[in-house]
Amino acid sequence: MTSRGSWLIVVGASLGGLEALRRLLEPLPARLPAAILVVQHRRADVPPGLTKMLGRSVALPVSEAEDRQPILSGQVIVAPSDYHLLVDGARVGLSLEEPVHHSRPSIDVLFRSAAARGPSVLGILLTAASADGAEGLEIIRRAGGRTMVQDPDEAESSVGPRAALALDPEHEVLPVSRMPARILRLLAADRERSAPPRRAGRS
Amino acid sequence: MTVGLQSQEVDELELTLLLDAVRRRYGYDFRDYAGASLRRRVRRAWQQEGVPTLTALQERVLHDPECLRRFVSCLSVNVTALFRDPLLYRTLRAKAIPHLRTYPFLRIWCAGCSTGEEVHSLAIVLAEEGLLDRSRVYATDLSEQLLDKAASAIFPLTTLQEREPQYRSGGGRGELADHFVSDATHGILRQHLRQRIVFSHHNLVSDHSFNEFHLIFCRNVLIYFGDSLRRRVHELLHESQARLGFLALGMRESLRYTALAERYQVVDEDSRLYRKVR
Repeated sequence: MTSRGSWLIVVGASLGGLEALRRLLEPLPARLPAAILVVQHRRADVPPGLTKMLGRSVALPVSEAEDRQPILSGQVIVAPSDYHLLVDGARVGLSLEEPVHHSRPSIDVLFRSAAARGPSVLGILLTAASADGAEGLEIIRRAGGRTMVQDPDEAESSVGPRAALALDPEHEVLPVSRMPARILRLLAADRERSAPPRRAGRS
Repeated sequence: MTVGLQSQEVDELELTLLLDAVRRRYGYDFRDYAGASLRRRVRRAWQQEGVPTLTALQERVLHDPECLRRFVSCLSVNVTALFRDPLLYRTLRAKAIPHLRTYPFLRIWCAGCSTGEEVHSLAIVLAEEGLLDRSRVYATDLSEQLLDKAASAIFPLTTLQEREPQYRSGGGRGELADHFVSDATHGILRQHLRQRIVFSHHNLVSDHSFNEFHLIFCRNVLIYFGDSLRRRVHELLHESQARLGFLALGMRESLRYTALAERYQVVDEDSRLYRKVR
């Protein structure tokens, strides 16, 4: 189970998100030392195919969130259609509260709940056709977490990325293709910092 | 800050005091609700009342019972629809009804019925399966406001049209509108369906088991509860269930993360339908 110290990556996307998600997740290794929670906007009546589609091409195990599922490193957990996905301590929470920015699941709901984890959170906002996620991303950064926004110039829909940057210009802006390497560097740097100092004379 | 508290800690303190005040004044206990979504809904109640702080909200709730009613309905999430998750109704018809048919009299409990769409759907299925006349369906909720709406069983005709595909997909034998008496704009669930349903106030948090049931619906209710409360309510449901009685949870809920998992058999994984075996 992820303790409060291990990394949690929260990702939000809407229009054109599936392609962006694949490009983000495919290069990541199966034993990633972080848990990934994903909100992808979709219509409530669409059958659950997103998880399967991602699962086919991504090395990490991908599952659709189940209430109270433990948040474990090395897993991708996707918000079920028509439920909000929340981080509730070390577990996943679900809720049927009213849509936020006309969306359920809402990216803001996920981001805001994840912000409680403080500096061990990385929030990523990909292509998105509404402002959902902009506020939550700012809350993550203000709580000491890391944040990344897909470069609006390459995003399928730049509305979300632009809204996030208008609200908070401090987010790191990157094309999706550079995000996986950036994530791995971030996790590796953090590991080195937290690893016990090596004794001299051993390689 | 003079007392050395961060604003987040002040918020937490105010929240604790508010929930404690509501419990002591009115008996509604929200203290063990799941934290992340509870905070969201309290924030919404706070915004709706237009007061500057949670402490101000507390003062208003304590002195104004109308504000308490609004607070309770704000904290209860009431998203439901006729034949929401049609798969469940299809599974009920195929896998539960044949067993339920063997009982001379059926007691059914819809716990946390909200505005009642689920219990109305269930009554329709029971009627179509010829079991309604020997059934008594108890529909309970925490919120009086929601129960009033549930008991009225009135829907706009447009809603009945919209839900027709779900009704069909749930195994419906005729048309959804057949089960309603309509005027130009609205339909009310037929009297013989309504009269088998008893609506009453019941608080899963503080009230006890009140009968033994052959089928319990408790869908998307426990998702708002914290771990200890959830354990207690699962015990309550288990205690309220006849041996070999059925339990229907929400589509993304599971017994997997509970201590009671081995006391149930999975009837249908996709519909989250379980059966008490011990």
